[in-house]
Amino acid sequence: MTSHFLLLLLFSFFVALVFAVLMRNEPRDQVRFGAMVFGAFVLSAVVIGWLMYPFSL
Amino acid sequence: MRADAARQVGGGGLVVLALASWLVPGAGHLWLGRRTKGIILLVALTTMFGIGLALHGRLFPFEASQPLVLLAAIADAAMGAPYAIAWAFNLGEGQPAALTYEYANAFLIAAGLLNMLTVLDVYDTVLGRK
Repeated sequence: MTSHFLLLLLFSFFVALVFAVLMRNEPRDQVRFGAMVFGAFVLSAVVIGWLMYPFSL
Repeated sequence: MRADAARQVGGGGLVVLALASWLVPGAGHLWLGRRTKGIILLVALTTMFGIGLALHGRLFPFEASQPLVLLAAIADAAMGAPYAIAWAFNLGEGQPAALTYEYANAFLIAAGLLNMLTVLDVYDTVLGRK
């Protein structure tokens, strides 16, 4: 697997899963929190990725 | 839960529990009877570590002369037994030319750091902070 986006999704999924399990106790809260963390990871990565076009090193 | 956890662990058992939790991801939660959490942590963290190795990541050496490498090595070693097994079998030599090298290192390092987070979670649970 060499797709950076798929790897990003995979990484975000696992980290969000662990965060959700550790930081919430109720299954419904875990799903909600995990989804929020996952979305935040992906969204911030895409935004930062686009910002790196005009402000590349 | 606080009294139950404290009773299960006993006096000096907290250190043993923390060590077990470090060596085997999720073991601390399993020990405390939180089976679902423990199994999810075990599967998720070892899978992350395995993906990191499969994508040609590197288990960094302990080199005090290079602080960032040293920090990465500590994060890798925080994975416990999977790290020791990978090290014993010479896995994790790393291929910097591979397209997935940086991502692989992110997986390896994050898995170790998340395992440290699980140890702290177990510690806090036993002390009644959670």
